[in-house]
Amino acid sequence: MSTLAHHFDIAPHRIAAMILRYWYLLLSSWPRLLELLYWPALQIITWGFLQTYIAENAGFFARAGGTLIGAVILWDILFRGQLGFSISFLEEMWARNLGNLMMSPLKPIEFLISLMIMSLIRLAIGVIPMTFLAMVLFGFNFYAIGLPLILFFCNLIFTSWSVGIFVSGLVLRNGLGAESIVWTLMFGLMPLSCIYYPVTVLPQWLQYAAWTLPPTYVFEGMRALLMDGVFRADLMVWALAINAVMFAGSFAIFLGLLRSARRHGSLLQGGE
Amino acid sequence: MMNDGSVSSGLPAAGPTVSAAIEVANLVKVYKTARAVDDVSFDIARGSITGLLGGNGAGKTTTIAMIMGLVLATSGRIQVLGHSMPDQSERVLGRMNFESPYVDMPMRLTVRQNLTIFGKLYAVENLPERIEELAANLDLGDFLDRANGKLSAGQKTRVALAKALINRPELLLLDEPTASLDPDTADWIRRHLETYRRTRGATILLASHNMLEVERLCDRVIIMKAGRIEDDDTPEHIMARYNRATLEEVFLDVARGRVQEQAP
Repeated sequence: MSTLAHHFDIAPHRIAAMILRYWYLLLSSWPRLLELLYWPALQIITWGFLQTYIAENAGFFARAGGTLIGAVILWDILFRGQLGFSISFLEEMWARNLGNLMMSPLKPIEFLISLMIMSLIRLAIGVIPMTFLAMVLFGFNFYAIGLPLILFFCNLIFTSWSVGIFVSGLVLRNGLGAESIVWTLMFGLMPLSCIYYPVTVLPQWLQYAAWTLPPTYVFEGMRALLMDGVFRADLMVWALAINAVMFAGSFAIFLGLLRSARRHGSLLQGGE
Repeated sequence: MMNDGSVSSGLPAAGPTVSAAIEVANLVKVYKTARAVDDVSFDIARGSITGLLGGNGAGKTTTIAMIMGLVLATSGRIQVLGHSMPDQSERVLGRMNFESPYVDMPMRLTVRQNLTIFGKLYAVENLPERIEELAANLDLGDFLDRANGKLSAGQKTRVALAKALINRPELLLLDEPTASLDPDTADWIRRHLETYRRTRGATILLASHNMLEVERLCDRVIIMKAGRIEDDDTPEHIMARYNRATLEEVFLDVARGRVQEQAP
């Protein structure tokens, strides 16, 4: 009980200090800033032209206007949200600064909150210009989704943080040898999240697996909204419930991996 | 193993000794099958400078890392400033600090930015003034606004020391504080540590391979070998006991397994 109280006794000034650290880092390197904009822009241009081409040649896709572009933007929120979280964490590993942080009064929960806030900042830098690009180039107004967009966003960002916390724990425990997981794990969820196609396309047994992932509910919800004009609140509630379980689970796993890293001396090594 | 009266054989049953900054009792660390630290016990008096000596793999870094809470002990007990580590670390971490070659300061950030961040983490009051004070004391003024990655080894060590002193720690843990420094810079760092201990009454525990450094700085020396304490006394007593003129000769005796002479 006292351990739990210790974990959740949060000091905002320490979170602010960590955000300041990542902000300084971001401003210290223009290629890092440019990279935040580059990939999302590239994505939206490629998929936007594909959507335009398909819409001109297929009646069904003409009716489903914007689903591909919408899916690309929502996928980017999920993927970039996790990357934004994990890259800030990796910065500490690359800089061999984790020992300094773990020896300071900074608590794991404060560290994780600062990573979450940084993922939002990095996401805003990359995705907001992307949405305007979609509007200008392809006439797709992402914000016209309206209120459901907030729920889509919250569900996707919660999933991205859960995955980010989990992979950060793995890197903490196993060193930079496990870094590739940071870049690839989300792609492993991609086929089951049904970003560009409905869940019904999957074989029945895979559909059960797909419905365990919150993004599946979001992308199904987006298609229902854009194609049928129906907002499926039930899908959002399910996604939120699964996200709550995933989030609590990933935090518990992170603490377990941190303890394991302390037991094995990984915090002193940090290399491969 | 030789102990003087200041070394405990374990923690007192009644609780932490008020005068001890660090109390370590029956500390053991096993990595898979290797016993990195093997039943080590010692107390470190407040306001003292103690040197932890030993060859590579002697268990110095692991011992210090366990005191800091970076590594969990397999068994044994650690009290730091009267609190159990790592269970009560939140009561202690703000009152201590460390410097180690196993960690770096972020390279892309300037010295001032790094010190600002750590100062905020430690809730240092009047932080800009504290940074200026450290810059003056440690001669950082010329490169305060330069990226840490662009500094020389000596400058980086001074910056790491500034980070370690940012919160005016009561307890300072240093792992090889002058490694890879030229003699002038190393001497300069030692003088600063002596001054800090004298003016603040701080406790310093340092691991070092530099015997001259330990002779000059330390009130007491703990020599480790293969995870165990081989000897523990003042530098003068240890040299007398081994009938040697320098700690370096004692170190070689211990490392090569020579039997110590009886003190006259």
